[in-house]
Amino acid sequence: MPTNDRHSRDHPDLYPQPDDSVAKSRATHRAIETVFRMERARIIAALARFTRNVDLAEEFAQDALIAALRSWPEDGVPDKPGGWLITSARRRAIDHFRRTKMAHGKLMLLSIDAEAEAPVGPPDSDADFGDEMLGLMFVSCHPVLSTEARVALTLRLIGGLTTEEIARAYLVTETAMSQRIVRAKRLLSEAGVPFEMPNGSDRAERLTSVLEVLYLVFNEGYSATKGDDWMRPQLCQEAMRLGRMLASLAPNEAEVHGLIALMEIQASRLPARSDAQGRPILLLDQNRTRWDHLLINRGLAALARAQALPQPGPYTLQAAIAACHARARTAEETDWKRIAALYAALGELAPSPVIELNRAMALAIAFGPAAGLELADQLAYEPALRNYHFLPSVRADLLMKLGRVHEALGEFERAAALTQNQRERAMLLERAQSCRDALVRKGSDKGFLT
Amino acid sequence: MRFMIVVKASRDSEAGIMPPAEMISAMADYHEELAKAGVLLDGSGLQPSSKGWRIKWSGGKKTITDGPFAETKELIAGYTIIQVKTREEAMEWANRFPNPQIENGEIEVRQMFELEDFEHSEGIDRFREMGIAQDRT
Repeated sequence: MPTNDRHSRDHPDLYPQPDDSVAKSRATHRAIETVFRMERARIIAALARFTRNVDLAEEFAQDALIAALRSWPEDGVPDKPGGWLITSARRRAIDHFRRTKMAHGKLMLLSIDAEAEAPVGPPDSDADFGDEMLGLMFVSCHPVLSTEARVALTLRLIGGLTTEEIARAYLVTETAMSQRIVRAKRLLSEAGVPFEMPNGSDRAERLTSVLEVLYLVFNEGYSATKGDDWMRPQLCQEAMRLGRMLASLAPNEAEVHGLIALMEIQASRLPARSDAQGRPILLLDQNRTRWDHLLINRGLAALARAQALPQPGPYTLQAAIAACHARARTAEETDWKRIAALYAALGELAPSPVIELNRAMALAIAFGPAAGLELADQLAYEPALRNYHFLPSVRADLLMKLGRVHEALGEFERAAALTQNQRERAMLLERAQSCRDALVRKGSDKGFLT
Repeated sequence: MRFMIVVKASRDSEAGIMPPAEMISAMADYHEELAKAGVLLDGSGLQPSSKGWRIKWSGGKKTITDGPFAETKELIAGYTIIQVKTREEAMEWANRFPNPQIENGEIEVRQMFELEDFEHSEGIDRFREMGIAQDRT
């Protein structure tokens, strides 16, 4: 097979553009920058392994872009642009170490000299690529960093978002975000974080950290709490893209597929989650024909993969719950018994009063309000739920259904006082008022208020 | 944004001739690259049009015709759906697509409608109901 057919990839011929040579060269530059953006994480991953320093890796990747902008417009885009860029970045790294003669650099030169003099070719096998990329993910999500720093570094190094974009997404100034990233990189190098792949239980722990970071990014995009509106869908997309990437790098990890399944299914609801005025629509009230069925199918397929692998964990169980909703064509068709059972399994894996409260709701729908209330009542003294408006609001709803209106009134009022959300408070106060109305009617029926 | 890479049919694909092993492997390599980059959403090959049918509406009448259909160039033989950040990125991925046919292959790339487009058109529909966005030629 011919591999050096450079001219067939010659961008000026490839992309339709005006005759004007300035516009033409600008379009060529844009095309090169696109290729660079697509390969950037891979270059950084390879160079981070090579130099053991993510900061330098980023710098040399940038140098490789400059080299590409210089030579590709004339020579054409090489057949394997990723390999070309990595080789070019490596040469920069070697030059750098030769110049600075750092102790570490010298050491490195001893081990890489032979390779450095070898003719230029695609330097990396697929196996290397996987290891390097996964390694970069592990390093970006290293436990030595704060969660905030892990998120920022992952989005910057692997996601390829600009510092400005990350700053917008997390409502901080660009300077603050830039400092956060610089500090994170410095911390990694001061802590001497190794770039080798972790093994055994260490690997499992580190993978959990990567999954946690991806899900945090996804949720930041998914929840309507803060951040720039324009950035939110980008964060969901990016978390999903990185998750899909991770799945091809670590295909035998159940929880990776579990997390992807969870994100795909949740994202499938994005088109139905708010009305024309931007007000949120609850899951059971959503127009299910607006759900994205391509994402649902992807989610269900990922869930099946997760469940076929050993040790499906909390993400897989949450995805299984989301799948119960995704499979139901109408809210009434939802399999609440299965959801209640899945919450029970989830509660066993990761005990949490919030999960129990969700289980109480599922039980109430599956087996009647009394069954749900029994569990909700057990949670009444959970310290973790003391200020959680959802508990009194669930209890109020169930008490109301059981005709215990007086108790329901108290709980609606308590929930209204606890919630931070204005719309929710208004809704809860409305329901409290309807309790009062019912009590008045009840009273007048019995002649108490006459 | 989502793009669909449409693979046009050929005489061979319409005849149900399986592509040679190298082509299948080049196709698999390419789709693996897409998956590794996290941009692959969906994709499938389509069976020859002899196994399909057409439904046409004209003058309020509906007719059903069984395949195969003659105009091979207008038929499609498969598709790949990718999700990317920019139009340029879609161009670059399409550019890396291997020739899908033994001889004269052709692919066509189309951008898919998104949530925003959808909401936009819904808004226009509401305006239409109010008689605002009608054509005034």
